[in-house]
Amino acid sequence: MNYLIQQAAILGDEVQDVLIVDGKIAQIGTIEATDDVQVIDAKNLVLLPGLVDTHTHLREPGREDAETVETGSQAAALGGYTAVHAMANSTPVADTAGVVEQVYELGRQAGWVDVRPVGAVTVGLAGKQLSEIGAMADSRAAVKMFSDDGICVWDPLLMRRALEYVKAFDGVIAQHAQEPRLTEGAQMNEGEVSSILGMPGWPAVAEESIIARDVLLAEHVGARLHVCHVSTSGSVEIIRWAKARGINVTAEVTPHHLLLTDELVRTYDPVYKVNPPLRREADVQALRAGVADGTIDVIGTDHAPHPSESKDCEWGAAAMGMTGLETALSIVQHTLVETGLLSWADVARITSTVPAQIGRVADQGREIAVGQPANLTLVDPAARWKVDPSAMATKGRNSPFAGMELPGQVRATFFHGHPTVLEGKLATPRSANA
Amino acid sequence: MKHLLSTADLTREEAIAILDIAEEMRESGTRAIKKLPALRGRTVVNLFFEDSTRTRISFEAAAKRLSADVINFSAKGSSVSKGESLKDTAQTLLAIGADAVVIRHPDSGAPARLAATDWIGLPIVNAGDGTHEHPTQALLDAFTLRRQVALRNGTNPLGQGLDGLKVAIVGDILHSRVARSNLWLLKTLGAEVTMVAPPTLLPVGAHSWPCTISYDLDAVIASGIDALMMLRVQGERMNAAYFPNPREYSRYWGLDDARLATLDASGAQTLIMHPGPMNRGLEISSAAADSPRSTVLDQVTNGVAVRMASLYMLLSGDLI
Repeated sequence: MNYLIQQAAILGDEVQDVLIVDGKIAQIGTIEATDDVQVIDAKNLVLLPGLVDTHTHLREPGREDAETVETGSQAAALGGYTAVHAMANSTPVADTAGVVEQVYELGRQAGWVDVRPVGAVTVGLAGKQLSEIGAMADSRAAVKMFSDDGICVWDPLLMRRALEYVKAFDGVIAQHAQEPRLTEGAQMNEGEVSSILGMPGWPAVAEESIIARDVLLAEHVGARLHVCHVSTSGSVEIIRWAKARGINVTAEVTPHHLLLTDELVRTYDPVYKVNPPLRREADVQALRAGVADGTIDVIGTDHAPHPSESKDCEWGAAAMGMTGLETALSIVQHTLVETGLLSWADVARITSTVPAQIGRVADQGREIAVGQPANLTLVDPAARWKVDPSAMATKGRNSPFAGMELPGQVRATFFHGHPTVLEGKLATPRSANA
Repeated sequence: MKHLLSTADLTREEAIAILDIAEEMRESGTRAIKKLPALRGRTVVNLFFEDSTRTRISFEAAAKRLSADVINFSAKGSSVSKGESLKDTAQTLLAIGADAVVIRHPDSGAPARLAATDWIGLPIVNAGDGTHEHPTQALLDAFTLRRQVALRNGTNPLGQGLDGLKVAIVGDILHSRVARSNLWLLKTLGAEVTMVAPPTLLPVGAHSWPCTISYDLDAVIASGIDALMMLRVQGERMNAAYFPNPREYSRYWGLDDARLATLDASGAQTLIMHPGPMNRGLEISSAAADSPRSTVLDQVTNGVAVRMASLYMLLSGDLI
């Protein structure tokens, strides 16, 4: 089927019609509808390149009770995504070509988005021995991003070697920056709120010291470094300094760190328990400024679904993490567009273009231009909706935004020219044989 | 008052009402027949996920003197050690017929979570949660302090706060739920609070607390203090590099014989308080613990009265 998107504001700017033929953008301009196309009315909608997430946890293999590649990629499609990176902390860990190919194939069979497996940096995420990075890079999954996410590659020598080694495969190390000794038993941001709540604190310096070390290592060995989920104002300053120095570093921020603060922990509701923890208002503002000035390159959701029993408990027993795929674009609009910090073209850059470049994701994050693969998202920026986790496609009900009214709704998602979402609802997956 | 979770939740009027009822309860405890019929037929569960003999028996005595039935639940060797969740444990106790839950838990916020969720809907008394709060300890400390000052001045404690009293809390503030509960309650009742500790045992963020912070115990004692609350220092803290060794801790932050002698020589009426259990020779010397200034055993006696008042207020309807 071919599609004619009528009257879309491309990147929130010029209003054009876009014709999709055989999975590619065939024409942009003023286009008459013909009998062989399905017309999509995009009046008052913004057309973006399909979103690319640098950071999700799809839980499969191993924790299919929390999420599967299929449910996670359905959530992604509903959130406007056409590609997601799936972190390596599954069971078994994605530290071999076999596991990454399994995840890749599950994604292909599901057909909602491109699922790009992330390979573990070290065997079993144990931080002792490099995993078979070359085999994963050369597998059908063509892994380019390597991360022990959830755990910091703490050993400085091992981190140095990893940064060096991935250069042979044009890879990137995505670091979860968390000094382990400074965060033993840590439950929340260390500061005024933790002092009152009597919670073991998670100091900002535990993140910042690792980032400072890693940018210097990346400079020393001339490697590419990606910093996952930056959460403190100090981290933003260090990355700003590193970029000014010419170090090849990219940085990611989650939607929740752009909006929520540690004040929420006063409820002791574990839906707010996350790694890295929610920080102070000053950090939220510094992260937004970091996105606005280009210090922070991309939005990564760190989508982390959990079964209800992992959150319907006391704080100390609860799992860390929040869902995010189906709310990310709304939070970006709320915190960055409606505050005047970003244009929709900037949104395309941080949610699609640069994430695809970091992960070297073929056919994603491209310009909206004739001849390009039709990975596209239509969003209604005027819509307002109330977040209801029970209505989401993800199996996780652990959204920290539950009950909030948010702006912006994804109306349609095109995945290689196939509509995975229409009228704001899941349509059909793309055939794996297409 | 629906729950007793944190002293920060108490208004001055509520706090004084609890202390005043505790005075009546204490008086009843001096009679030959100590038992009151107030909570006959009600069941109080002591849900203890952490070892604590002192607090548990104090709550048990309080409930029994009010004629309530008491069920003691200890996590050790129970279904909890087999992985049962707090939710399931609490709901099991509800199904057994509990009317109120007294909970001690190693996680900060566990009692608040039990109160905020729809798990059981019973009145909750926080008997100590992690390093967060221990509100009945603070109430019994305030009760003891108020009563001692009234005795000294020959006045009636009823209806009074702690206005203008100077209290120093000394020791492991970082890990102390007693310190946090005392801070909020003492402030609410009008006292001035100074926290004294090595910097390693003060939380980052304590600068925002409504108190003075000092590293110098001698200077604080010399400034004239109505009560010194000495906190227990756990020996394992030195393994985590909070201080070099017990000797050095005692030398700088312990109430040792030399500091006791300084107090006695100054003529100050400073009371010495300790929530127990004490590490004699570490944060407090035997001479200090056993001196006439010490209220340690008085605190234990008053603890039963304060816990009776708390249970009575939670279980016998809207008194305030």
